[in-house]
Amino acid sequence: MVPRETAIITHGHADHARFGHQKVIATPETIAIMKARYGDNCAQEFRPLPLRQTMRMGEIDITLYPAGHVLGSAQVLLNDGQTRIVVTGDYKRGKDSTCADYEIVPCDILVTEATFGLPVFQHPDPRVEIQKLLQSVNNNPDRAHLIGAYALGKGQRVIKLLRESGYDKTIYLHGAQRKLCDLYQAHGIDLGVLENVGNRKKSDFAGEIIVAPPSAIKDRWSRRFPDPVIAMASGWMQVKQRARQKGVELPLIISDHCDWNELLQTIQDTGAKTIWVTHGREDALVHYCQTHLGLEAEPLSIQGLGEGEDE
Amino acid sequence: MKEFAILLEKLALTPSRNRKIALISDYMAVTPDPDRGLALAILTNNMTFTHIKSGKLKDIAKNHVDEFLFKLSYNYVGDTAETIALIWPYYEEGYDLPPLHRIVEEFENTPKSDIPKMIENYLTIATPNERWAMIKIATGGLRIGVSERLAKTALAKFGNKDLQEIEEIWHGLKPPYLSLFDWIEGKGPKPHVKFSDVFHPLMLSTPIDEEKDFEKLDIADFQVEWKWDGIRVQLVMDGDKRALFSRTGDDISAAFPDITQNVNGSAVLDGELLVGKDFMPDSFNHLQQRLNRKTVTQKQMSSHPAYICVYDMLFDNGEDIRNLPLIQRRKRLEEWFDKNPQTRLTLSEILESSTWDSVTSTRQKGADDHGHEGVMIKRKESVYVPGRPRGEWFKWKRNPFFVDAVMMYGQRGHGKRSSYYSDYTFGVWDGNNIVPIGKAYSGFTDEELVLLDKFVRNNTVSRFGPVREVKKELVLEIAFDSMQESTRHKSGIALRFPRIHRIRWDKPVQEVQSLSEIRREFLI
Repeated sequence: MVPRETAIITHGHADHARFGHQKVIATPETIAIMKARYGDNCAQEFRPLPLRQTMRMGEIDITLYPAGHVLGSAQVLLNDGQTRIVVTGDYKRGKDSTCADYEIVPCDILVTEATFGLPVFQHPDPRVEIQKLLQSVNNNPDRAHLIGAYALGKGQRVIKLLRESGYDKTIYLHGAQRKLCDLYQAHGIDLGVLENVGNRKKSDFAGEIIVAPPSAIKDRWSRRFPDPVIAMASGWMQVKQRARQKGVELPLIISDHCDWNELLQTIQDTGAKTIWVTHGREDALVHYCQTHLGLEAEPLSIQGLGEGEDE
Repeated sequence: MKEFAILLEKLALTPSRNRKIALISDYMAVTPDPDRGLALAILTNNMTFTHIKSGKLKDIAKNHVDEFLFKLSYNYVGDTAETIALIWPYYEEGYDLPPLHRIVEEFENTPKSDIPKMIENYLTIATPNERWAMIKIATGGLRIGVSERLAKTALAKFGNKDLQEIEEIWHGLKPPYLSLFDWIEGKGPKPHVKFSDVFHPLMLSTPIDEEKDFEKLDIADFQVEWKWDGIRVQLVMDGDKRALFSRTGDDISAAFPDITQNVNGSAVLDGELLVGKDFMPDSFNHLQQRLNRKTVTQKQMSSHPAYICVYDMLFDNGEDIRNLPLIQRRKRLEEWFDKNPQTRLTLSEILESSTWDSVTSTRQKGADDHGHEGVMIKRKESVYVPGRPRGEWFKWKRNPFFVDAVMMYGQRGHGKRSSYYSDYTFGVWDGNNIVPIGKAYSGFTDEELVLLDKFVRNNTVSRFGPVREVKKELVLEIAFDSMQESTRHKSGIALRFPRIHRIRWDKPVQEVQSLSEIRREFLI
């Protein structure tokens, strides 16, 4: 991704928010996240734009609307008075109490992501997935449960879902999870008692839940836990083969993206007549828009850093 | 069915063998008959529904899902059962699938024309995981990392029995194994199985470790035989009743009436199935003409007559002699041969083996002069136990041959390797063209696999489904055990056990030999 003079950043994930732009326009929460991850000087200038406030750039009005993806995530409405273009960024429609709910923004052209743009992706209710986790914790009192979850968004969501299911014990964190959990708590999202893994005895983790970045769960780091159940919270966990390949024993299908049906729902809800599909499996969604919904659709190649699967 | 689907998923995702055993054993403890017996049959791959095919199920799904979307989804998921399970567009909540025995009954008895309707109904009331399990059961081949042996080990654990005891009667029993479970739970006697009703699991060898084993082992304790290049079989004879089993216990009698109708006596024999006249073995390729067939023609039997080179005896008439040492079993076998003259059975020769050096030269000479695959080195005192006991029987294969060849195609692997191009077709020069001479998918390290996969991806010239044709730029040094004539392949030759010995990143393809050169050099 090339540094720009002005960049509108939809959310803080690494394949969307990068170091080195001159001026960054984003929600205050996203700016806070960028500063926390990349340092206060990761852009020369920050222009916070709260949700639903409009700023003018040349001939175009820019407004941010909630995308329901992670804290601070936003869709971007570009309006020149004639055509309304919405760039969704990453988004989801399901309930998530760690960020503002997605909002339908009517438009003419919708630029949508398609991370899970195949009809095999039909995400279950995340609360059912959390029950699976709690049941496993209950059934395996001697083992630790090590949950791979991306440090921004997924980690906090899993913790919040656990709290909402009545789990009030201490949840342990890999060091890489700490900073953003604190940031979420500072934004009023109560995640309960969190402690770093630190130098505790192995046996202290029996029956406990630990949240770590996906890269750490199969790493040497995981050897400090007693016979850990390797879990992973991700939409990709829907595919068993995928879970097996990654050595995941307890897949938790918890996604911060739309599943197939939600993508189709959104396309229809916005009333857009032209759909540009990006970031994922464009072919299937483009095909469906054209042949089943009678919409103009094409893939849009955007400069990026690949799929960013774990996000 | 619900519980069994959960079990299958857990088995698929649990890497630990011991935990898999515990999962199955726990399931047996809480599941009633006949469901647990049917589950055991499914886990051991002893239950197939021949009229439900994976292609049929795909068609059912495609009637309800856009075909292009199905194809893209299948390409991503890589497994038919899972694709259908996830893509199925209808779900009616609040219904439970019937118990396993009801499902099995319907799979067995539903007339062909009603199958789609039945499957559609079940897909609609099942969760994605239950759909996956159901399709896997219907089409067989679970691929969840559970072998027949592991399932039986779990059964032994559940019943607190010795695995050996179960193995012994296993092949004489049928699903849902009611008498087996009765015995295991102490509610009935051990099921009685006559020696000639079953396949008796084979004793297997381990490769010899040239570095260590010769120093440790005393040659005087061992007997040496040729390692024959055929297939391992078990011949069960009891008067007029005769059956021929493959090493995994498949009954292959129907394909070899020239053996089963021309032997006499009563015994269970262990030996190598070969083809050839006057007990002179032809190459493996000739044998291959007769394998994997349901029936056989008179012509095939006269051009490729089959016989067995016998090397062990498990039952002498009705007497179980597996607990006798090999040297005594051999004596009984020779005596039995004297009493029962045979035209389709011959005794495996015992080779001179006074020192390891003489074994070494025998092995070399056998390979050079007769194309023998190597030698078998068996402890004289070894009793016959199923499985692969350590330190009893060794195989010592001949040294491999090497040939340089050019990578032509890469194909995606399976399981853990499904994201890699891990199967490679390679060829040699024939005039100005390169013709394929074989395919290999082993012999390289995980690091080399990453490099080979990258090479395939970066040098693709065309694609055919899971296969990519690559630029003819990479030379592979192939190790193989022997080269034989073959009408199956365009090149007219076939390699035995080809594997990739080295990747010759440095070698220009022009330096690879021609087909006629390697034929001259290696063909036996």
